[in-house]
Amino acid sequence: MAQSKDFHIIAETGIHARPATLLVQAASKFASDVTLSYQGKDVNLKSIMGVMSLGVGQGADVTIKAEGSDEEAAMTTIAEAMATEGLAE
Amino acid sequence: MTKNFKGIAASNGVAIAKAYLLVDPDLSFEKTTITNVAAEQARVDDALKASSNDVQLIKAKATENLGAAEAEVFEAHLMVLADPEMSGAIKQKIEDDKINAEQAVKEVTDMYISMFDAMTDNEYMQERAADIRDVTKRILSHLLQVSLPNPALINEEVVLVSKDLTPSDTAQLDRQFVKGILTDLGGRTAHASIMARTLEIPAVVGSDQATSEVSNGDIVIVDGLTGDVVVNPDADTLATYQKKSADFLAQRAEWAKLKDEKSVSADGKEFIVGANIGAPKDMQAVLDNGSEGVGLYRTEFLYMESDHLPTEDEQFDAYKAVVEKMGEKPVTVRTMDIGGDKHLDYWKLPEEENPFLGYRAIRISLDQTDIFRTQLRALIRASAFGNLWIMFPMIATLAEFRAAKKIYLEERAKLEKAGTTIGEIKLGIMIEIPAAAVLADKFAKEVDFFSIGTNDLIGYTMAADRGNDRVAYLYQPYNPSILRLINTVIAAAHKEGKFVAMCGEMAGDPVAVPLLVGMGLDEFSMSAPSVLQTRSLMKKLDTAEMKVLAEKALDAETNDEVIQLVVDATK
Repeated sequence: MAQSKDFHIIAETGIHARPATLLVQAASKFASDVTLSYQGKDVNLKSIMGVMSLGVGQGADVTIKAEGSDEEAAMTTIAEAMATEGLAE
Repeated sequence: MTKNFKGIAASNGVAIAKAYLLVDPDLSFEKTTITNVAAEQARVDDALKASSNDVQLIKAKATENLGAAEAEVFEAHLMVLADPEMSGAIKQKIEDDKINAEQAVKEVTDMYISMFDAMTDNEYMQERAADIRDVTKRILSHLLQVSLPNPALINEEVVLVSKDLTPSDTAQLDRQFVKGILTDLGGRTAHASIMARTLEIPAVVGSDQATSEVSNGDIVIVDGLTGDVVVNPDADTLATYQKKSADFLAQRAEWAKLKDEKSVSADGKEFIVGANIGAPKDMQAVLDNGSEGVGLYRTEFLYMESDHLPTEDEQFDAYKAVVEKMGEKPVTVRTMDIGGDKHLDYWKLPEEENPFLGYRAIRISLDQTDIFRTQLRALIRASAFGNLWIMFPMIATLAEFRAAKKIYLEERAKLEKAGTTIGEIKLGIMIEIPAAAVLADKFAKEVDFFSIGTNDLIGYTMAADRGNDRVAYLYQPYNPSILRLINTVIAAAHKEGKFVAMCGEMAGDPVAVPLLVGMGLDEFSMSAPSVLQTRSLMKKLDTAEMKVLAEKALDAETNDEVIQLVVDATK
């Protein structure tokens, strides 16, 4: 059963720069496939270039899905990273 | 084969070492068709891995030399190299199109670069395009098995040879291994030259031909005292320069012994020999060279290195850090000198025909007083932590000084009322406009001190820009016209019992120092590495003899005549 969670981006810079790096680092720790969806496009959350190519700005609504052996842990870690960095709510 | 050429002597000393060319190698290749897909894909994996290893090392070196924040860009490079989508796309291309790894890397990275470059409204993304270009060069270098220069990875003694050095290049340099610097471009005041002097690395810049005449591994002599360069010297030449290098180091060691001594003339008159700084980070060199004060703290760098007008607290922190380090020794802080050739991205000033004669320095401060008041408050607060003097730049008239002083007194009164501790602040002006120099006797009644800024004073007096090669010959610091202005200012100040400093390059110039000692200048402020040399020179000078010399120089006719007078009197 894949994990899926919606986030509303509140960070002023959106998912750029440091926040993008942190999310990619968080996702890369897990074996599961993790995807970030925004405006109908899906990208691999382990790919810095994929994430940055979406150009997610402040106020965007995104969905993150994790699927694989450690999907629950992956989703928890990513949600924590979002919260501690003040990225999303 | 031995080659000789000449450039501009930019940093003292003589370096002899193998050349290390900081020039991009040829990364061109042909598109080819391949049959063994797996082998080609393995080449990609190997190149990515080798590139990551390089970047890890560079990152570690940058962290050590520059700090974690500056090294963060390399973390971005590592993430690009580890990007599964990018490596996946490259391998997919090799499989689908049966092309060589080089071509596949180029096609995929070009795709990303054009995607990020197209985001023209997003500066951050455009910088990432630059990161990808950088990373691509590195991957290709490994595929093509040519070595990319990595200044951070140098591990033997070298002379660094390049077209020009950027701040990020110099930041990666390891002083232990980089013995000399040789460039095609630049002048004495270029970034590379200033860094070289700060790091005490001998340097010759602006040689035009360094990168074309020198190959990796050539033995190169860089004479930073004369600007001479010798490539692959014969045994005799090598021995001559080895001796010259040793003599210079011995001389410098001799100067170093004067670090904790006072600056006194042969007959026992004391002077202050101080250093000029642009930021708190320059204080290490100030202390290492035994400076007896900071004669010029150029605060505009606080504004230039920020992306917003620095707040009162940000400024306070910087000023406090500097005065605390100097303790009782005086620190002269010049209020902001933006305009002229110094601009801010976040605060656009009007375009002007003639910016050096336009809206700059105190002229801006007195017009946009909010910004000036913020700076004055930060300075007044910081005065409690040391011996802080405030200096206004580009003062032309008494009315300007009085207006600036009035604002200062208003802010001071507000802070006093709020119970802020305030130190004993001296208030002075920079003498760089001839009008102020001529009227120095009147100014001397109202200011606490003068500081003569010779670079601009000479430029404005001779009406010549020394950066303009065609008129650079007019930059004549020893021209009797300039010396008379300086003498007028010193005499006017002393008549009122006021203090006179000099903070231009002339203050550390071995030809000018005897004359200035003769005229009775109180403080000499210069780039930190010149402090000990000047102290050493002063020890040999007798003030009565120098007074006679100065009188002769003031009565001379030309710049060259004055040089000859000084040479004859001090040999």
